[in-house]
Amino acid sequence: MKVGIPSEIFPNELRVAATPKTVKRLQKQGFEVFIQKGAGAKANFSDKEFEEAGAKIVATAADIYGQSDIVLKVKEPSMEEVDLMKEGLVMLSYLWPAQNQPLLQKLADKKVNAVAMDAIPRISRAQKMDVLSSMANIAGYRAVIEGSYHFGRFLNGQITAAGKVEPAKVLVIGAGVAGLAAIGAANSLGAIVRAFDTRKEVAEQIESMGATFLTVEIEEDGATSSGYSKEMSPAFIEAEMKLFLEQAKEVDIVITTAQIPGRPAPKLWMDYHVAAMKPGSVIVDLAASTGGNCALTKNGEVYTTDNGVVMVGKLNQLPSQASQLYGNNLCHLLDDMGKAEKWKIDMEDAVVSRAMVTYNGKINWPPAPLPVSPTAGGKVKVVPPTEAETKATNEAAAKKATTSMIITLALVGGLLLLVGKYAPSEFIQHFTVFVLSIFVGWQLITNVAHALHTPLMAVTNAISGIIVVGGLLQTTNDIKDPVTIIAFIAILIASINIVGGFMVTHRMLKMFKK
Amino acid sequence: MIEIAKEIQTAAYLFASILFILSLGGLASQESAKRGVIYGIVGMIVAIIATVLGQGVEGHVYIIVAIAIASLIGIMVARKVEMTSMPQLVAILHSFVGMAAVLVGFGSYLDPETQALTGAAHTIHLVEVFVGIFIGAITFTGSIVAWGKLDGKIPSKPWAFSALQVMNITLLIACIVLGVFFCKAEGTSGMLPLLIMTGIASFIGVVLVMAIGGGDMPVVVSMLNSYSGWAASAAGFMLGNDLLIVTGALVGSSGAILSMHMCHAMNRSFFSVIFANATASSSQGGEKKAIEGEVTSLNHEEVAALLKEARSVVIVPGYGMAVAKAQYPIYEMVQTLRKAGKNVRFAIHPVAGRLPGHMNVLLAEANVPYDIVLEMDEINEDMPSTDVVMVIGANDVVNPSAQDDPASSIYGMPVIEVWKAEKVIIMKRSMSAGYSGEDNPLFYKPNSEMLYGDAKVSVEKLLGFLKA
Repeated sequence: MKVGIPSEIFPNELRVAATPKTVKRLQKQGFEVFIQKGAGAKANFSDKEFEEAGAKIVATAADIYGQSDIVLKVKEPSMEEVDLMKEGLVMLSYLWPAQNQPLLQKLADKKVNAVAMDAIPRISRAQKMDVLSSMANIAGYRAVIEGSYHFGRFLNGQITAAGKVEPAKVLVIGAGVAGLAAIGAANSLGAIVRAFDTRKEVAEQIESMGATFLTVEIEEDGATSSGYSKEMSPAFIEAEMKLFLEQAKEVDIVITTAQIPGRPAPKLWMDYHVAAMKPGSVIVDLAASTGGNCALTKNGEVYTTDNGVVMVGKLNQLPSQASQLYGNNLCHLLDDMGKAEKWKIDMEDAVVSRAMVTYNGKINWPPAPLPVSPTAGGKVKVVPPTEAETKATNEAAAKKATTSMIITLALVGGLLLLVGKYAPSEFIQHFTVFVLSIFVGWQLITNVAHALHTPLMAVTNAISGIIVVGGLLQTTNDIKDPVTIIAFIAILIASINIVGGFMVTHRMLKMFKK
Repeated sequence: MIEIAKEIQTAAYLFASILFILSLGGLASQESAKRGVIYGIVGMIVAIIATVLGQGVEGHVYIIVAIAIASLIGIMVARKVEMTSMPQLVAILHSFVGMAAVLVGFGSYLDPETQALTGAAHTIHLVEVFVGIFIGAITFTGSIVAWGKLDGKIPSKPWAFSALQVMNITLLIACIVLGVFFCKAEGTSGMLPLLIMTGIASFIGVVLVMAIGGGDMPVVVSMLNSYSGWAASAAGFMLGNDLLIVTGALVGSSGAILSMHMCHAMNRSFFSVIFANATASSSQGGEKKAIEGEVTSLNHEEVAALLKEARSVVIVPGYGMAVAKAQYPIYEMVQTLRKAGKNVRFAIHPVAGRLPGHMNVLLAEANVPYDIVLEMDEINEDMPSTDVVMVIGANDVVNPSAQDDPASSIYGMPVIEVWKAEKVIIMKRSMSAGYSGEDNPLFYKPNSEMLYGDAKVSVEKLLGFLKA
């Protein structure tokens, strides 16, 4: 099978969908690799390196699109590029299917089977092919580097012969992959890092990366089943804005990372926040391409506001590094789809069926929902049933429990009535005490620690020696009376039990030490 | 002698009941357990004094003599007993309660006061006497057999035959018939049916416990504990004494819960343990899995070398450790290993040993701090990251058949997954099977090695190599 890699035609796109390393890997998977002349130039990979790795150099994009079985690409193709594609071609690239309906239609018309790498579902199994994560990781790191470049001071605090340097304060908004990467990078450069996220579950992750988790005093969790956060209530947003205003006066670098797939980025850092910041502060907006988290962000531009705050709306992509990670993600996906030998487009597969946005001439978007929440430790949570479902099952269970409860109670009640009818009052009194005691005993013992079961047995054993009372009540002054003799023996053995039981329990417990 | 009013006595009984409840509640945690015992002792003293000073109690001299002798014996026994023979002691003490209940029952029947009762009150009293003696007798003989089995005086193999169930039910029906005769008899002429019933109940007690194998002993002991409570409660009914009823019910229900815990830990139903026997266990039939692999063994020096290299060690003790009294050298070895910076912990299966919590008590005796003693559920997930597991005298609780062989009689029982560790050392005297009689495929796994010999001697040898 032939895998082709065209040059990226978009001027600002520096990455390439394969590197010499991934070319080798693709060949190991059994693919024949063709790459367009000069495809890796902007990411610092020469044609020679690709050739040495075993790829064949092809002159034009038309050759790639016309002859390959699979095309690997970074940026979504232009309409002209789609025109070059042959029918049945499998194409892997970014597609942003929610925003690019006409493109999807065109791909479908051409019967191109397009995989949107940005639509890979964010489940544990698919983490190795999740390009959003791998690219976000780079962006987070780069945001700190560029932020500190524009910031005119050290990030770490120092005391030198020339005087004391205060450490810089960095605020990271949104603790997704990019946010966490930014926290890690800023922390290792020595800055004081704070981070904000509406999802309470990430607090631990934030702290593990070395930042302080900032939160508002309102109990509301922004976590959703998709792993992205939901929109918060007005009261929450108001509190959030207030918190940001306080922070704006203090922090030196703000890095915003909040994005919602398929929608404009939420506005979190308003003009008055920017106005409150010190001159020389920096705002790095990682959401610039989708409208920006900051009200003043200009996509693709770096400029200084009137009050001296540097607004960074574009980032270097680290093309070489990014190409390597992106290429690896692609290799993993091809691996998952059976490599060259057992190549198969499996529309039953949870990952493929969701990322394959056009298939056999049909648009396959939006995909079936696959709700997961990436919790700490990368475990996948079980899908929580909807509220209505939970309610329904709970109600059904409650109803069933009530019915069986009523039957049991009726039976017990009936039996007790019978006892009450025939038994003398004294017996009923004793019986009441008896039944209540059983319940008390039940409650008590359920709490006993496993390790204490032996002492428990010994102590209950001692306590059951209370039968001695029976013997005590039966003794008389006449030792020749058979009842007294019996009672005497009863007292004797029951007392051995009491004394022995308590003593031995005490001995045992003395041994338990922490 | 002073006498106290009935009301004051009742108040004292109430106080004693509260103390008993606090006593059991105190055992919920290590910290409050000692206080719990004190509560129990105070409660008992209050109860006895209030009874003795109550109206109509005679023969104070005899009472004091009896209690004095008993205290002496009790103290001697409690001091002398070794922690490894705790199960035997608990069993024999249960039999005392059963015996006392039988005696109190007979006493109550012969008591002229109760014979003066008429009508329903009289019948109910007779039923109470009958039931009380029945439970007491079963507890008495059952506990004695349990003691014999635990002490090795009676073979611990289950002794059962196919008609056992039928026989037990027949005997039970016979007892009910005798009960009817007994209730109809005038005066003390019901003595004969009562005595016959006592004999039958004693026999049932023997048969019941004889049919249960050594591995199921924890259930039996806690069940007998429960019975002793019910016997006390029944005595309370016949004497019209609320304190006895309350205390008996507390002990009875606590024993019942413990038995259920134990059964749960073995994945057996309570009834299959008590009424069936090892032959009719929860096995789902089918061909037994053939065991593959070879049993390999190491000598002490090689094991010591393994331990020296290991970073994380888990020790799984079983009844074998109790038999060999190996807990002291084991803890010394643990200390040596921990000083060398290794993470050493103990993993205890809920039914390890012959008594609920048996292993915990033994380890505590050897001063092992309880925070390195973990339960099965706590440690199982750590198994794959453990370098060396030492199984000391445990067998069924580490048997992988419980998870992967539906034909095994212990299939479905939760076990400690030692085979997931890097290396498993099994210290054993010989290749014999555990109490369930099941062969253990663990021994044949490629990552497990046997270390033959008495546990105590072996551990001491290991200690020598470790310190060298």
